[in-house]
Amino acid sequence: MRSDNKKWFPLNIGRKNQEASNGCSCGKPSGSCGGHTQEVKKDGFEQVFDVKMDRRSAFKQLAASLAIGAGAVSTSCSMFSGEDSKEKAQIDWEEQFKGNYKLMTDEEKQATVDRLVRSYQLRTGKTINMSAKNAEEDVLFGYAFNISKCQGYMDCVSACVEENNQDRNSQMQYIRIHEMKDGKGFNFNEADDNYYHEVPAEGHFYMGTQCFHCDNPPCVNVCPVQATWREDDGLVVVDYDWCVGCRYCMAACPYDGRRFNWSKPEVPEEEINKNQHYLGNRLRKKGVMEKCTFCVQRSRAGKNPACVEACPTGARIFGNLLDPNSTIRWVLENKKVFRLKEDLGTEPKFWYFMD
Amino acid sequence: MRRLKVFKSLVRDSLDTITHGSKKYHLWMAALTFIMLVGMYCYSIQLDQGLSVTGMTDRVSWGLYISNFTFLVGVAAAAVMLVMPTYVLKDIDFKQAVLIGEGLAVAALIMCLAFVIADMGGPSVLWHMIPGIGVFNFPNSMLTWDVLVLNGYLFLNLTIPFYILFRHYQGKKSKRSVYVPGAFISVFWAVAIHLVTAFLYQGLQARPFWNNALLGPRFLASAFAAGPALIILVLAIIRTYTSFKVEDKTIKKIAMVVTVAAQINLIMLISELFKEFYAPTHHSESAYYLFFGLHGKDALLPWIWTAISLNVLATILLTFHKLRNNFKVLFFACLILFIGIWIEKGFGLIVPGFIPGPYGKIAEYTPTGIEIGVTLGIWALGAFVFTILAKTAIGIEIGKLRYKK
Repeated sequence: MRSDNKKWFPLNIGRKNQEASNGCSCGKPSGSCGGHTQEVKKDGFEQVFDVKMDRRSAFKQLAASLAIGAGAVSTSCSMFSGEDSKEKAQIDWEEQFKGNYKLMTDEEKQATVDRLVRSYQLRTGKTINMSAKNAEEDVLFGYAFNISKCQGYMDCVSACVEENNQDRNSQMQYIRIHEMKDGKGFNFNEADDNYYHEVPAEGHFYMGTQCFHCDNPPCVNVCPVQATWREDDGLVVVDYDWCVGCRYCMAACPYDGRRFNWSKPEVPEEEINKNQHYLGNRLRKKGVMEKCTFCVQRSRAGKNPACVEACPTGARIFGNLLDPNSTIRWVLENKKVFRLKEDLGTEPKFWYFMD
Repeated sequence: MRRLKVFKSLVRDSLDTITHGSKKYHLWMAALTFIMLVGMYCYSIQLDQGLSVTGMTDRVSWGLYISNFTFLVGVAAAAVMLVMPTYVLKDIDFKQAVLIGEGLAVAALIMCLAFVIADMGGPSVLWHMIPGIGVFNFPNSMLTWDVLVLNGYLFLNLTIPFYILFRHYQGKKSKRSVYVPGAFISVFWAVAIHLVTAFLYQGLQARPFWNNALLGPRFLASAFAAGPALIILVLAIIRTYTSFKVEDKTIKKIAMVVTVAAQINLIMLISELFKEFYAPTHHSESAYYLFFGLHGKDALLPWIWTAISLNVLATILLTFHKLRNNFKVLFFACLILFIGIWIEKGFGLIVPGFIPGPYGKIAEYTPTGIEIGVTLGIWALGAFVFTILAKTAIGIEIGKLRYKK
């Protein structure tokens, strides 16, 4: 995204520099990201093992990983276990010590995706389809929400849960629909985001929130291990395997856009969406963050996110902000749009408007 | 080679010291061990089932662990109030107190690290945070700063007393040229650990309750009240139960430090309250929730008012020389001040940051039994570590432990 292309949305407050426009995909706002020059030829696995380290840090690493590795090693070395369990152990080992997805080359990304697909096959006998598709050139995703049209049916919420394999036990939902009283303005304090009655309710209107995929995301800055970052097409994503679960990003998000897996997420086998993306709806584990990715597995394949497709009233509009003929551009140019908490300098790519 | 031999002998001697003692001592250590075991059992449940066994939710995502972590950073930082006069200004009074203070800092830092690890969703991938083999998001993330300063401070507080004790163990004097520079660094470092920890919260534009410029300075003031207050209590206990001599003069001097810090803390509290309640804005809602409750939700009310009453009472008691110089009153004041600040800088600070949520949702937080179990276990761990360190240090300082050639 070049700054001379941006004619319409950014106010550019709070953006620290234009490093991102130099084609660096890591989204780190200052300096070089350290992952593009020296690590180009390395596999994610090698990122860990090919590092020069002194005895002290090597020992630390070994100690930290011994407990997890021990099981895998004993299985893979055993004469008696079958080929399958050896392969499983090999995959577990490599997955445990792979590097940060953001810093991987395309081949490494594909390698970890292949491992995950194979692992799932070994475990369940079923095949999933997982993508490692990168951001496309000249694409910047944006979203608009028509407050006049939303009737609070929450079809978007169910579609999102099904599409993104969210934990069914804790009823995790990325989208919250706030039911607001007419005549009170946008008063979130008196809104109800957990209603169970027939909609549209008399004297109320509805407003949806989710991750706004900020252009200057506070969550990305605070992550101690760069497990969350902004992709080139503007999506703010999480590497579930790199996240350490400190929940600092959750405290930093002003939009309630992030969710945590407080226990092991469970999705019934028959309900699993097998069309997955590494950064999107692949199955998560306990103790990691997750969030809306504008359905990266769909949006990068040229489709609308599940919530947009499911909305029965057409209140949700999604598209490429860099395409002058897209609907989203038409909305931004012809409607009176606004964003939430603009004073915080986060530059959300999620606009609201009314007919 | 010789040093290694001395070190070996020191380890053997200190092992000997910490495994021998009065009946009371053994009872104390046994009780701590039991609490630690219970804490470990609770933690194993948490590891198995995930953080869902705690009271934390997506709405209030930090709780008892991070509260205790925040408070204990303050306790650790307080050791510096004693380091400065002793090592640098040659104020002999504090000499005995300093080793105790640094031992306290080590124990507090170990507790801090334990609390952070207990709060992690994926402790098995913590190596992602080790610079070199992981990805260390420095200098963007304040958490990485905190990792650096806390570990650095731990290193300083381990090495300086170790050097001094190691020399004394051999019957030699410790060289000023070695430990004074270290003491100087640790003075600045102590301020840094507290300020950086405050910045962890202060830098979040999403949470107006924390996003205020007074947070850091107030952290310092309350830390320099609570930390030395704890040191006074510990010295009182050590004075009663061991032959280690702590003079009245030393305790009175530390009490002075506590008093001034407690007074500054109260002034800052008043400034904060004025800002929140004179012209309340949308951003004052967390303070409203904390002090008065919002929409009938008022779980923190009894806590914060207890904390404020304790703080005010302790500060008044400390302010009058007559009362402060009466040790019974002083110890009582230190105890209630410590408890008051623990509440105020613990969940009185962390929990309201999340309430109301970004869109005004008020979901309250109550820690679960397992969370409390783990927390008590970590406190027991800290007390255990401190007892071991203090017992060895006292043994060396009173001359009971000496290297035999």
